[in-house]
Amino acid sequence: MTDTIVQPTAGGILHDSTEGMSYLDTLPKRIVTTWIPLGLILIVLLFPFYWMVLTAIKPDEQLIDMEHFNPFFVVGPTFKHIHKLLFETNYPIWLWNTTYVSVLATAVSLIASVLAAYAIVRLRYRGAQWVGGAIFLAYLVPPSILFIPLATVVQRYGLFDSPMALVLVYPTILIPFSTWLLMGYFKTIPFELEECALIDGASRWQILTKIVLPLAVPGLISAGIFSLTLCWNEFIYALTFITSVQNKTAPVAIVNEFVDGDIYRWGSLMAGALVGSLPLVILYSFFVEYYVSALTGAVKE
Amino acid sequence: MSEAALVPGRQIAVSRRTGWQRLVSHRDWQGFWFMLPAAAILILFLAYPLGLGVWLSFTDAKIGRPGEFIGLDNYDWLSDDTVFWMATAFTVGYTVFASTVKFVIGLYLALLLNKNLPFKALLRSIVLIPFVVPTVLSAIAFWWIFDSQFSIVSWSLRHLHLIDHNINFLGDPWNARFCVIFANIWRGVPFIAITLLAGLQTVSPSLYEAATIDGASRWQNFRFITYPLLTPIIAVVMTFSVLFTFTDFQLIWAMTRGGPVNSTHLMATLSYTRAILGGNLGEGAAISTAMVPFLLLAIMVSWFGLQRRKWQQGSE
Repeated sequence: MTDTIVQPTAGGILHDSTEGMSYLDTLPKRIVTTWIPLGLILIVLLFPFYWMVLTAIKPDEQLIDMEHFNPFFVVGPTFKHIHKLLFETNYPIWLWNTTYVSVLATAVSLIASVLAAYAIVRLRYRGAQWVGGAIFLAYLVPPSILFIPLATVVQRYGLFDSPMALVLVYPTILIPFSTWLLMGYFKTIPFELEECALIDGASRWQILTKIVLPLAVPGLISAGIFSLTLCWNEFIYALTFITSVQNKTAPVAIVNEFVDGDIYRWGSLMAGALVGSLPLVILYSFFVEYYVSALTGAVKE
Repeated sequence: MSEAALVPGRQIAVSRRTGWQRLVSHRDWQGFWFMLPAAAILILFLAYPLGLGVWLSFTDAKIGRPGEFIGLDNYDWLSDDTVFWMATAFTVGYTVFASTVKFVIGLYLALLLNKNLPFKALLRSIVLIPFVVPTVLSAIAFWWIFDSQFSIVSWSLRHLHLIDHNINFLGDPWNARFCVIFANIWRGVPFIAITLLAGLQTVSPSLYEAATIDGASRWQNFRFITYPLLTPIIAVVMTFSVLFTFTDFQLIWAMTRGGPVNSTHLMATLSYTRAILGGNLGEGAAISTAMVPFLLLAIMVSWFGLQRRKWQQGSE
């Protein structure tokens, strides 16, 4: 994760060189007003992950015997839970389902958003302003009020219990966000470039693919990364539309399939949570700047 | 057209532009083709279901059976349902309480991270991790942390001799409510902190220097420089935060499923229970639809409430 520091900032929003008046603070003051509160907050924010990792590698007897072993540490870590997860359950299939639904849905929504954002910002057809506003409103419609009617729609189209349903439905969450983000990126590309190309006889399609898209690559990466994490995180649609065990996505499967009354289930549950989070955290650590610029870019507009 | 009549070649060009050429090159038509994929998905899977949801709430639809129009019966039934009112009250309380705390801690964390720190970029990426990890998975971790027998929190407090027996975190209604609120705050703080931090970084440090030379205290620096400059971004961030907190589903579902005795049901989890598990699509849709006025109100309050201050300062 350390190499993220040297990465160039994607959105150009962050420059950390400003010292301001911090040189006025003495060291003791700085420890009390900055480092102690910051440390406390970080401990609380990270403790669940520490606990997740620790539980996932703890042997069973240490999990429930809290008197002989200090629960904050592990003696003789084991990969039993993770091994069991990967080789004795459907977990790899669920991970694969999650990955392929996320990638397909992200691809669909990126294509649709690029076209829509370009048309709104640059073609400026009649009513483009209104369409832009409507897309922002779509951003504010939460899945929790849509899943019931969508379940009937999905059923009617014959997509119930099929991953395709998720591939088609997830873009409703992603397109408003990506379009809004890409509109911001497209606006920063000089209009003159496109005028030159138009005069040289390029069609709109050529301008989009040969001039605008190469210049908007950081925006595309930001939108793509953020969309992937949103898909991976999505729960209520996957829970409602998918019923058969082998079609489930990882988050839903963990909640529904791992919960048996077993007192030792915590080891495999935490292993499942850990393995389900890791791909995202790794992806995130490579693209932190893009992720942050997606997060803040969408809010700033 | 009169010019075209004078030049024969131009006449041909104009007539060729009709028909197919017009469909691919006229600006409005081009716009239409470019918008088509996005519009198709959003209309089929967002706008249409939104309308359908309202319609379903006026029917007695069940799973596998299209319903018939029954007017306001679903709402009538819900208005006598104590579980529904309990869920509504808890949803409002959950949103107000969690959003307030998230805002205060998030702003504080953003201010801390905006100081001149070593490893600033690394710290910022670490802070955001709770937001990146899928909610359900971290909720499961909290479920384990708040376990009734093996909770690490109970264990620590017992060994510090603050309590003498385990706390029943998720088994007692009020404890469970505070536990889910805590988990929600835990997950929401990074989002607010990082977005507010992006806003803070646009504030020039020389403003603080100038104010300090004029004798402004730290609090005055915050109150009269940071806060006003941050107001627009606070408005947007809090609108989103309130919206997502109000419609939360995953966290509750993974930690308590609305229990014990329906005490932690949010409107979203209640509508799922009634519509999908209970099969009463109409009733579930009525609960979902009942969320809409609250959402509109929340958006209005956080949006216009904070926007107006911006006008009062005359920055517009």
